[in-house]
Amino acid sequence: MAKEIRSPLPGTFYRKPSPEAAPFVEDGASVAVGDVIGLVEVMKSFHEVKAEIAGANIAFKIENEDAVTAGALLAELE
Amino acid sequence: MPLKVLKPGLLTTVQDLGRPGYFHLGIPMGGAMDRLSLRAANLLVGNPEDAAALEAVFLGPELEFLSDGLVAVTGADLPILLDGEEQPGWTAIPVKAGQVLSFGYLRSGARIVIAVSGGIATEAALGSRSTYAIGALGGVDGRAIAAGDVIPTGEPGAGKPGATVPEALRRGPGSPAELRVLPGLFWHWITPDAQKHFFADEWKVAPEADRMGYRFKGGRPMEFEPRERPFGAGSDPSNIVDGCYPYGSVQVPGGTEPIVLHRDAVSGGGYFMVGTVISADMDLIGQLQPHMPVRFVEATMDGALAARAERKAVVARIREALA
Repeated sequence: MAKEIRSPLPGTFYRKPSPEAAPFVEDGASVAVGDVIGLVEVMKSFHEVKAEIAGANIAFKIENEDAVTAGALLAELE
Repeated sequence: MPLKVLKPGLLTTVQDLGRPGYFHLGIPMGGAMDRLSLRAANLLVGNPEDAAALEAVFLGPELEFLSDGLVAVTGADLPILLDGEEQPGWTAIPVKAGQVLSFGYLRSGARIVIAVSGGIATEAALGSRSTYAIGALGGVDGRAIAAGDVIPTGEPGAGKPGATVPEALRRGPGSPAELRVLPGLFWHWITPDAQKHFFADEWKVAPEADRMGYRFKGGRPMEFEPRERPFGAGSDPSNIVDGCYPYGSVQVPGGTEPIVLHRDAVSGGGYFMVGTVISADMDLIGQLQPHMPVRFVEATMDGALAARAERKAVVARIREALA
């Protein structure tokens, strides 16, 4: 079964630290526990989303700048 | 029933019914964003309804109880877990020293109120324990709670374990949420078409929404009636000579994105206001998540007063149900 990373907060999801920067994590990359995979913007601030599990071949399930709810599936890992 | 903070949540603050009387000095009333939920949570655990409790937004904290007592969680809907076991919301839950309260993902609404036997007993500032973080006033050292804080509580009252607020007396925003607005002093500044669009358009909660105010976007930009700029006002058609901002007032900088001021409001400034959200609907704003659809509905003064009386009657029914 795929491992899941979910959004802890409702808001707007960003895959990049700034519009010009590269994504925190490229599609298909491996992530370690504690790696930042994106940001959720809410209440005038940006909150880092960190992987709580390690895994390979990350597949994002939503687009950069999509609206997310708390608990929304952001990405799956193998 | 003192509490130890294991995880603070996103921005969890001590709140009561606020500190009215200092707005003319720029210090807002503050207090719970959802006042009905605060009153109900306090009544459930046997506290005076204006006692201080914790308000958590979007993400619940993790708290350890340091003695036995009652806890009640009201407001937004999310899984409430006591040592990992799900508990009902809007209900007085008996807890033992050493047990841990935690929360799952938010299902609906935005803010929960966590009341405990005896109420939160941090030091009051200007007559209230409410946290006004911008002014570093009230709460725990004027800030949101942090991991490791031990939060003092007062003398427990007599709550009934298992007591619950009947569902018909709870309230959350629908979808779209409807916020009733009484048009105000500057309503005539925008064209009749813009007035129509304000109420006809569907708006969405913008990410810039917090205890100070909620911003909305997605409706059509407002057209202004031509008029001579008053002396002392800025050059934008939405600028006024500085004025007072009431709680609930709807300012529209540049005529584009309305901002409704809430409990930690600024007291004045230079933007015109199209009107004011009626007091009966202010609690609903406290339960709005970003991106939620919202409609503004035109209200009259008589309608606003009737709605206020209706909200008071609901509080009275909750008191009776829990007496």
